[in-house]
This record gives sequence, structure tokens and C-alpha cells, in this order.
Amino acid sequence: MEFGPYLLLASLEGAVTAAVLALTAVGLSLVFGVMRVVNVAHGEFFMLGAVLAWWIATTLGGHPAVGFLAALVIAPVVVAAIAAVADMTVLKRIAYDPERTIVATIGLLYILQQLTLMTYGPEARPVEPPFNSRIALPWIERTAEGWQMYYPWGLATTSYKLAVIGAAVAVLLAVWALLARTRIGLLMRATQLDRDMATAFGIPVERVYALVFGLGAGLAALGAVLIVPIQQAHYLMGHDPLLLSFIVVIIGGLGSLPGTVVAAILIGLSDGIISVFFSPTLAKIIATLLVGFVLVFRPQGLFGTRAA
Amino acid sequence: MTEARKVLILHGGLLLLLFVLQFVLPAYHHGNLARIMVLASFAMAYNIMFGYTGLLSLGHALFFAAGMYGMALTMKHLAFTPAPALLAGLAAGLVVSAVIGALALRTAGVAFMIVTLMFAQAGYLAVLYFGDWTRGDEGFVIQQAERVLWGLDLSDPTWRYFAAFTLFSACLLISLALVRRPFGRTLIAIRENEERARMLGYDVFAMKLGAVVISGTMAAAAGASYGLLFGYAGASFASVQYSIFPLLWVLLGGAGTVIGPFLGTLFMFYLIDLSSGITTAYMLIAGVVLVLLTLFAPQGLAGEVRRRVWRWLP
Amino acid sequence: MTKDQKGPASTTRRGALKTLAVGGAAAATLPLWARYTHAQSAAPIKIGFQVHRTGIGAAYGRWYDRTTQAAVRLINEAGGINGRPIEIVAEDDGTDAKRGAEVVEKFATQHNCDVAFGTLFSHVVIGSAPRAGELKIPYFVVSEGHHVASGMLNRYTLQPGITDVKSQVQAMAPFVSQNLGKKVTMIFPDFAFGHDHRDYFSAAMQAAGGEILELIAIPPTETSFTKYFPRIPRGTEVLYHVMVGPAVLTFVKELGEFFGPSRPEMFGFIDSLEAVDIASPGLEFLEGSYFWEGNPRHAQADQSPFDAFYREQVGVDARGASVSDPADVSTYAHMFGCWETLYVLKAGMEAAGYQGTGDRAKLIEAVEAMTDMPHSNEHPQGAKRFNGKTHQVFGHQYITQVQDGFLKLAHTTSIEDTLYPDEVDYTTQPL
Repeated sequence: MEFGPYLLLASLEGAVTAAVLALTAVGLSLVFGVMRVVNVAHGEFFMLGAVLAWWIATTLGGHPAVGFLAALVIAPVVVAAIAAVADMTVLKRIAYDPERTIVATIGLLYILQQLTLMTYGPEARPVEPPFNSRIALPWIERTAEGWQMYYPWGLATTSYKLAVIGAAVAVLLAVWALLARTRIGLLMRATQLDRDMATAFGIPVERVYALVFGLGAGLAALGAVLIVPIQQAHYLMGHDPLLLSFIVVIIGGLGSLPGTVVAAILIGLSDGIISVFFSPTLAKIIATLLVGFVLVFRPQGLFGTRAA
Repeated sequence: MTEARKVLILHGGLLLLLFVLQFVLPAYHHGNLARIMVLASFAMAYNIMFGYTGLLSLGHALFFAAGMYGMALTMKHLAFTPAPALLAGLAAGLVVSAVIGALALRTAGVAFMIVTLMFAQAGYLAVLYFGDWTRGDEGFVIQQAERVLWGLDLSDPTWRYFAAFTLFSACLLISLALVRRPFGRTLIAIRENEERARMLGYDVFAMKLGAVVISGTMAAAAGASYGLLFGYAGASFASVQYSIFPLLWVLLGGAGTVIGPFLGTLFMFYLIDLSSGITTAYMLIAGVVLVLLTLFAPQGLAGEVRRRVWRWLP
Repeated sequence: MTKDQKGPASTTRRGALKTLAVGGAAAATLPLWARYTHAQSAAPIKIGFQVHRTGIGAAYGRWYDRTTQAAVRLINEAGGINGRPIEIVAEDDGTDAKRGAEVVEKFATQHNCDVAFGTLFSHVVIGSAPRAGELKIPYFVVSEGHHVASGMLNRYTLQPGITDVKSQVQAMAPFVSQNLGKKVTMIFPDFAFGHDHRDYFSAAMQAAGGEILELIAIPPTETSFTKYFPRIPRGTEVLYHVMVGPAVLTFVKELGEFFGPSRPEMFGFIDSLEAVDIASPGLEFLEGSYFWEGNPRHAQADQSPFDAFYREQVGVDARGASVSDPADVSTYAHMFGCWETLYVLKAGMEAAGYQGTGDRAKLIEAVEAMTDMPHSNEHPQGAKRFNGKTHQVFGHQYITQVQDGFLKLAHTTSIEDTLYPDEVDYTTQPL
């Protein structure tokens, strides 16, 4: 394939990755920003979202859109509830100590993974997309007769992939509105700024924490429901989203939601675009080192203002 | 009894116990303990950085793998004998940790975690990328006939145990010496309050770099020994899992205690081994135990002992 | 570091002691088992089954387990081995090389198993085999890796139930070059398994007069693939694809979306779709494409009575799925290896007059002496030829074509197609 169409295709693929990554990472960033803890089980909440989506879609049957829409609503809510319970029974009792939270969430990771393996099984299972048609994309080229439009071989995307990008943008706007425009968002921001002050002002910090933890997990689950018609639900699928959203949150600058979104787009797109220029595994190595060096020379992240 | 004597009795007693155990343990546990001692050395290396200096690295698999591949690749491709191959492993760990330390220590806190994680991930991918030499994920065998160090067949259970014991003792004594010397005390001071240490005139960066290099080289020693004793080098040892394990062992056993990493490694090993005999859902048990430990023994096993009984535990 | 905390810490200390005590108790029972084995000739033969219950290999492990259980049940119903029943001692290796080695140790020194058996993933085999050799416990792998025949392992490691990847791959080249096209682009995972495909297929294809246009190695852990497909040259006549892991279905679906209506001929290893229903949404474009199958998943019109018997005993329907759950698709192209290996083990133990762990060396020699294995209930995948020097078996390979969602047998290779010169002679190593 020629260079131009290849770049376009890689960018489109990168955009889908970025869209889902942004949702997952914003979830992690919220938890990190407000609660100051690293949730190692975040990827497992992502996985639970995908597995529940499969389960809901299969149980309902009928037209693919019915099951998918139901999953889109139910799965994130259920996952959020599970996360909130975990917060109240475990994290609250260890007083959100950073180190202990890491061990506790590693434990949670094992528990969720094993329970999924025991009930759902080891297979990768697909969810049928509500709609999915291949869209061949045109490209223009200068020939002897001037500019001409043609359809290069292989340059295509699907309607569903475009919808994923749109849905992610909509959800991110909703999250922004929630934080900036509602009372609950105000409480979250107040807790993030100064926990003790928030307590002094009578904000129910513990409930805010449970809510944030649930919301963060719910966003990861939502991202998973969106991606599961493209990729399959599998009990080990939480590993990559965890690593990637972790990276995105740090690169974006701790606690900065706009930074997180921009970083997700950067990482997602570069993942696609670097693969145009280098052999695949080498591209991964370069992308990984790039993240490392960005942080070495800008430890506060691209958009952070203070040292992490 | 003075504190120094209590420390000596406890750690000397542990070494003596481990030495004697090889004569009484049944074959299976004999083999396990050899393995645990090598892995505990890895955990002790991690503890120097995490427990004593307060640097949380998520990339220690890189140092472990540097040692393992430094040893194994020189044996496979340059026909090194075990002794120089082990040195090559140590040297690889030294160089890699010095470079990574110099870069990563420009950051702190969570950024440090990510930087170490990223470099380790790049190292893992590099093992796969250079598959023609490393055989990638599949790895390669170091043949039994090659694993003879100074006439001692390291595939023989007795010598294997002895080699593991030697490594473990060395790492334990180094850790113990370190924390009782000014250098180690300075590291603890940096952990507790980096600004104050700097104001007192310490070159904090150099101190931390020293800790990273000691830790990285010790981890490499464990990696090289593991490959040599068990005859295999593979990419899974460079994966992120092997960066999480030492963190887990140290937190379980008690960060910032000399004996903690060993206890954590021992506990985790037998937790998985025994629960896998009872149920196929052993990871579930491991997960529940981890959650319970954080709830009821937040400073790890040795940390709880120190808090409640032996306040002098180093 | 002072933190508030609840609950007595001594519980955990006691817990740790208790753990040690349980370990001690487990160790104390060991001589009991040993006594049992030696005292009674009707005591069971213990086969340590190293199974991928968790980790990346779990989908395979589940079916390896079912196949093994079925074969053991049949053997025991027919009187066992030398009049003794088989007992399977299963241990999960987490599809991890380190744990794999520990599990082999456990079989040899704690469970006192007669042999170890059943591993699939290559890195687990290679990590475990040195320990098996040192502990002198026969280790029967069902991995299809080339590691056994390459000479990398040792005299105690054998692969008598499944053909290795080098044979599989080179046997495909003549069919591909004669029927599909000469200009091939290969897509494979960028690790050792994929590199075996790259090296052996390229060589065999060039020998058959073909040409490799492009090699596309996909990094492991990758979950989206479209971005790599533009590397496929326009002049490609045949696309050779093989992928493993949970993302295989994504891989194949995105391949379809990339090509749209104008795809080249496609030849894939069924690994790309193992444990996945060929009728899954998004796979329609595979219609007319070809697959290597170790054992045809869909029951053919001229199915052998042996395949029918095997299918029924394991509990697999004509579409290759579980009889109790049509959505639970088997790893049919690989799992027959467990069944056949167990029958080889039985034949070997009977030939060696195997009594107990003292006869392990005799068992190895008895298996090494084997040659031809006829197509039968014991070998339902087809006839095989065992090479005692390289410890590797060679058998027929199947090429199927997708026709109306049915994998129809198009070609069966001969055993000769899979042979290559010996790379090792394990019989020269001491036992």
C-alpha cells in the first residue's frame, strides 16, 4: 500500500485504540487524582465489563443491537457496584495507604481473574456488533490528467469502529460535565484538592471515595463494552489496558483529566503510526522507550504542573 | 543481650537452620527450598531499593533477566564456562542498573515506577525481537553437562542447594552489613525525608544511584544463578510478572527488614503450592490471602514481628 | 511507619507456622505412597499430568484434560496397564515455564509419579525438560514444538503423540505452491513458534519453486492487527497466516475487513481459529480458504470408524464442539495427541514389563524401539511413524477447505512429506 493511504489507515486504527484507552485511563485518573491510590485491579474491571457484555448479549439473544445496548447500560453499572463494594470492604479499612492498596488490589486482581475463569471459562468469546459494515475509503492521487479520486486496495474501516470513536467522545464530554457542572462533581473536586478540608466542611469523604472508585471502574467497563465487538472477551484481557492506562495517566500529568485524554490520543495514535515506519516489534520497543524518555526529561508528565 | 548480638543470633540462626535443613528435608522440599533461596535473594535485592531507600521500581525483571541472559547467552554463543558466565551476568546487571538508575532517578514517585516499568518492558520486547539469539519466549536449555562449576555438578541436588545457600547467605550478609553501616543509614534517612538528607549535605542522587546499582547487581546475581541452577533461560523471566513478584514478596514479608524478603518468598511459594493441591482455584486463595494480609498484617510478616515483639529487628 | 490496624497479627504468624506444618505433613505422607507402590502390584500407575489450567493456555488445557480423562477411563475399563489402573495426578502449571519446572519436580519427588505427561506450550516444555532429565522421570510432551527433535532437550523427553511444527509446515509447501500460488506473504507471531513457521515454510516453499514476498511478524500481546496489513504486497497470491492466543479471532476478522471483496488465496494454520467456531460472525470471508488441521475438526463424509469412536468417547460432536455445549469448541487439531500419547505409554510399559519407577529406563528404551503405529482406535488421527533417535513421531497432515462453513478435507499429506534428516540421536545419551 502507498504511504498516504497507509498512514490514514494506521491513524484510524490508532484513533479507535485511543478512544477506548481514553475512557479506561480517565477512570484510572479519577481514582488516582481523587483518592491518591493506584488501582492495580483496574484492568480486571475492564475485563469484567467485556465478560458481562458477552453474558448479557447471549442471555438476551434476539437482534445483536438489543443485547449490545443492554450491555452498554447494565455492565458498567454492575462493575461500578462491585468496585464500590470492594472499596468499602477493603480499601476503606486499610485507610487508602498507597502501598497496602497495591497489594490489596493485586489480591483483588487474582480473585476477579480466577472467578471469571471458573464461571466464564478460558475461551475468547465474541459479541456481535449492533451494526458493522465495511466502508472503503477513497484517496486522491495526482495523475497525468490531474487529481483523481480512487479506492486503494485495503483502505477501509467499519461503521462500528467509527461509532466507537463517537461514543467515546460523547462519554468523555458527559464525564467532563459531571465534574464541572454538578454538585457531585464539586464534591469530588473538593475532596481531590484537600481531603481534610473537605471532611471539615462536612463532605462525606468516604462516600465520595466509594463513588469515585465505582465511577472509575464503570468507565473502564464501558470502554470494554465498546471494544468487545471488535476484540473478544477473555479472562486475561485486562493486562494491557491496565499498563496502557497507567502510562497514559502519568504521561498526561497526575490528576489532570484533559492531560489524560490528550495523552491517550497521543499514545493511541503513535501506536498506530509508528507501526508504519518500523517493523512491528521494533515499533513497540520504540514506543515503550519513548514513554520512558518523556518521563525522564519531563517527570511531571506532559501537562502536569507540579512534580509527581 | 545487646541488639547487635540479637541480630547476629537471629540471622546466623536462620543461616544455620537453612544449612542443616538440607540433610533432613525430603527431596521435594529440598528442591523447593533451593529455589526459594535464589528467589529470596532477588527479593532482598528489591528490598534494598524499595524497603530501605523508598524507591518503588516496577522494572526489576530487567535486572533479573540481565543477569540470566548475561550468563546464558555467553554460555550458549561464546562457550563460556559457568564461572566467567556468572561474572558476565553480574556485569550485565551492573551496567544495566547503572544506566537505568542514572536515567530513572531523574524522576520520583509514580513517574519512577513508570520509567522503570517502561525500560523493563522494552527489555522484554528486545528479548523477543532478538529471537535468533535468545529463542524468544520459548527460551533455551543450558545443558546439564555445561553446568559444572569448579568440578561441582550444579544439576545435582546437593550442589544446587549448596550454591543457592551460598548466594542467599551472601545477599543476606550484604543486606545486613549495608543497613548497619552509615551508607545504609543514609538510605533510610533518604526514605524517611529526602529533603532533610539533602540539607544535611548528603549527595542524595549518588546515594540513590548506589542503592540502584547494588540492588540491580544483586538481582542479576539471582537471575544468573537461577538460570544456571535450573538450566533454562526464557523471556517469561523478563516479563512484568517478574517485576511484580519481588514487590509482592517484600511487602508480604515486611519491607525494610532483612529477613522479610525470605519470609515473603517462602510464604508465597508454599501458599500457591499447597493451595494448588487442594483446589484448582488456587489463585483465588492466593488473592484472598493477599487481601487478608493487607487488612491484618499491613507491615508484612517480619514488620508485624518488629512492631509487636522484636523492635530491634533490622 | 505507624499505621492503625485491626485484628491480631499473631494470627498470621500462626498461619505461617501452620502452613509449614501442613507442608511437613504432606512430606510425611510421602513414604506411605512409596510403600504402597512397591508393596502392591495392583497399585495404580501414576501419571503426572502437567496441565495448563490457568494462564494463556487455559483453553487448550481444558480440552487436553477432557481427552486425557477419556483415554484413561477407556484404558482402565480395559484392564489398565499390566493389570494396574492408571491414576492421573493433575497439577496446573499456569502456562509458566518456572512453575512448569516446579510441577515436574513435584511429580517426581513428592507424588512419586511414574511419568510426567501432557504439556503443550513450548516455553513450559523447554523450562521443564531439564528438570525431568535430571530427575530421570520420563516426560511425554504433546506440544508440536520442534524442541524435542532439534536435540535441545534430553533422553527423558519424548513426543510420540503429535507431529512437530517443522514437519507440519514443510508438508504444506507442495500443496500451497501447486494449488494456491507461488507468491506468498506470511503473517506470524513474532516469537519462537512463529519463527519456526517463518524458517521452515520459507525454506520448503523455495524448494517447491515458490517465492516469499514479505514476512510480517506480529508482536505478542498485540490486540489489534489492521495497522500491519498494509504491509501485505499487492502482488501476493497466497496469504499464509498463523496466530495464537486469545486475540486470534480479532486477527482473522480484521483480515476480512481489510481485504473486503478482493482477498488473495488464503492458507492458515487452524491455530488461528482453534477453540473458535468457524461460523462466528465476521468469518464469512474465509469461505473457500484453506487450513492446516492436525485432525479435521468437522466429521468428514468418509470419516474413519476410529475418528468416530474417539469423537464419541471424548464427547465431541460432528462440528468439533462439546456434545453438551455447542458453543464450547474443542482444540481438535491438537488434543488427539494426549490420547495417542497415553496409548503409546501403555504399549511402552507393556513392552518393557514396567513394574515401578526403577523401570523408567526400560520404558524409555521400549518407546525408542517403536516404529510404525497403525491407524486404529489407539491412533485415531492416523497412522504414525516414530523415530526413536529423535524421540519424535511423524504422521499424516490434513488440509481442509471452508465450504459453506464446513471444513472439508481437501488433501492428506503422506508421512514421507513430513520427514526431514535427523538432527540428534538421543539414544547415545546415558540413561
